[in-house]
Amino acid sequence: MEPVFLDDKLKEIFEKVKKNERLSFDDGLYLYETKDLMGAAQIADFKRRSLHGDKSFFIYNQHLNYTNICRNRCLFCAYAKDYCEAGSYQYTMEDVEKELLEKIDQPVNEIHMVGGLNEGLPYGYYIDLLKTIKKVRPDVTIKAFTAVEIDHLSNISGKSVEEVIAELKENGLEMMPGGGAEVLSYRVHKKLFQRKINKDRWLEIIEKVHNAGIKTNCTMLYGHIETVEEKVQHLIYLRELQDKTNGFIAFIPLAFHSENTKLSHIKETTAFEDLKNIIVSRLLLDNIPHIKAYWVMLGEKLAQTALHFGADDLDGTILKEKITHSAGAKSAVGHAKETMIRLIEKAGMKAIERDAFYNEVKAG
Amino acid sequence: MENILKKALEGKRISGEEALFLYDNADLLSLGTYANILRTKKADKNQVTFVVDRNINYTNICISACKFCAFYKKPEQEGGYWITNKDLEQKIIETKELGGTQVLLQGGLHPDKKLDDYVNLLKYMKSFDIHIHGFSPPEISHISNLENISVKDVLKTLIDAGLGSIPGGGAEILVNEIREKISPNKCNADKWLDVMEQAHNLGLKTTATMMFGHIEKKEHIIEHMERLRQLQDKTKGFTAFIPWTFQPSNTKLESKTATSAEYLRVLAISRIFLDNFENIQASWVTQGSKIAQTALFFGANDLGSTMIEENVVKAANIDFRLPMEEMIRLVQTAGFEAWQRDCFYNRIKKFD
Repeated sequence: MEPVFLDDKLKEIFEKVKKNERLSFDDGLYLYETKDLMGAAQIADFKRRSLHGDKSFFIYNQHLNYTNICRNRCLFCAYAKDYCEAGSYQYTMEDVEKELLEKIDQPVNEIHMVGGLNEGLPYGYYIDLLKTIKKVRPDVTIKAFTAVEIDHLSNISGKSVEEVIAELKENGLEMMPGGGAEVLSYRVHKKLFQRKINKDRWLEIIEKVHNAGIKTNCTMLYGHIETVEEKVQHLIYLRELQDKTNGFIAFIPLAFHSENTKLSHIKETTAFEDLKNIIVSRLLLDNIPHIKAYWVMLGEKLAQTALHFGADDLDGTILKEKITHSAGAKSAVGHAKETMIRLIEKAGMKAIERDAFYNEVKAG
Repeated sequence: MENILKKALEGKRISGEEALFLYDNADLLSLGTYANILRTKKADKNQVTFVVDRNINYTNICISACKFCAFYKKPEQEGGYWITNKDLEQKIIETKELGGTQVLLQGGLHPDKKLDDYVNLLKYMKSFDIHIHGFSPPEISHISNLENISVKDVLKTLIDAGLGSIPGGGAEILVNEIREKISPNKCNADKWLDVMEQAHNLGLKTTATMMFGHIEKKEHIIEHMERLRQLQDKTKGFTAFIPWTFQPSNTKLESKTATSAEYLRVLAISRIFLDNFENIQASWVTQGSKIAQTALFFGANDLGSTMIEENVVKAANIDFRLPMEEMIRLVQTAGFEAWQRDCFYNRIKKFD
């Protein structure tokens, strides 16, 4: 149906989108600022449908977090612990095996694995992680380690980033998640996550990862101290890199959860804000195929709704989410495949089970 | 489909068949968009309202035994109560202290209480000078049957004792074949509408609700709205429509909770179809704050009640203002002015 706008200025943006013209920084700002949520949603939905029709994707995946011990201690994190602090842990290979074997009867397609920067773990440990997963589940796709972990591995091994990536790839790494970008801004970096790699290093590492033939996702953590300008700039940095490498598969806006963090005074993001981030990312990131409504952070209800606001993916079954739940997420820790299908179908969309690379998984 | 929506936008009434066609064929975002535009025409486009009130359930003893209810006690069961004046006093005083303007008074269908008991209840409450939004049609109908007094006379007596308006509860789905299955002992659809019509004729304003997402079919949802629209044409007595989804836990109906997309679809259709209703309420209690805020763009212009009682109980008096502050935040971050209203949707106070 032809969109109807309450805010006439959105018509200009819609015309651009229809002509596949790239949106500007100012267009991004305007989309964030307009009160006409439904008007902006219609443009995002137009774009989403031109890319994916009424398909909405999900994956049968499992999360694995090998350690919560982390030297970075970012202010927005409720998951990290110090070495020997109560509740801190690091998996042995037996632990990894055990956690995988617990769900071995389930048709898991992808293992999503990230962890803290644990200075007690040697370089070989990371290679062993990959080998162990491959041993227990030879057919699964391993999507693991953010740019932050790659930088850390390069530091502790004395190897170049390229060498680290090549070795991880040799041992089974097939894809990387998009975490650790937070907000690609010096200001936010300085205030919230000083000890983590900054914007330049994050982009540099991801470019090298893409050049090595490994696809990644990308993310943005919003809903804390960032400004609208910083968010738009973040999206444009990602778009520029994608122009060069074409290595991003999906973008995932991450809604900040403040419970148990040093920023616990910050209130939960609102639906208006969550949906705006989905809309704007769908429209600015014209070269990134998929936008994910991450149900863990948005809640199942809003994630389902977001499928009409530009998102085309709900993430997956996850089985046991730990990181956002340590910061007070109210969603379930995992979902049955049937629940994912039901959410998508009840939204009036076609549910497509996918693999890590968004290839359709045939039933059977 | 576009023709039906455009017709609605021009202020022309759409038929039940057309509403059903939209239900089956329109995508959620288009429905929401048109509902949102109609909402800006029917109700103040810059304002979102809510009422500060408290639920008081005067009894949980109920002979109705509805299958979707997790609240009631059978008369012979342990744990039944009839509220004491002391409790009433404390609850009303607290409500007023928190800036509340009304009490939502509802209860079970008690087998023994007489009309006088209800009159005494109202008179005692009225002595604290607060608006009483009370007794849904099944309760009125029950008192009328028990006392063998006409609905009209029951209503008149209750009005004289201080009843100010009637909540739209107990409507569930206004289709008899559905009610026979889920609430066989509650008044039927015709009786529900009859009580409302008589109340309207006596000058009482009421709301209308709909509980969906259980065993009903989409045709029943449309029939429900159709009957409300007809009565509203006659009386203009409904102030608002409040759809909400059935919550299956602790009840005897086996069902999955309706998803938010289904909720928003019904909400948007109600805004498009119910052209003679000014106000449509979002249900934060059943949908949570995120979908309640989203609902403000799918036809809703009101967030209902802050429900002091629920919150006081849960928060043990620690942070009772948070829900109201949260409501104001939801409204303002969505780009609207936040207004406290009274039962008749008169604006009381704008929050900055």
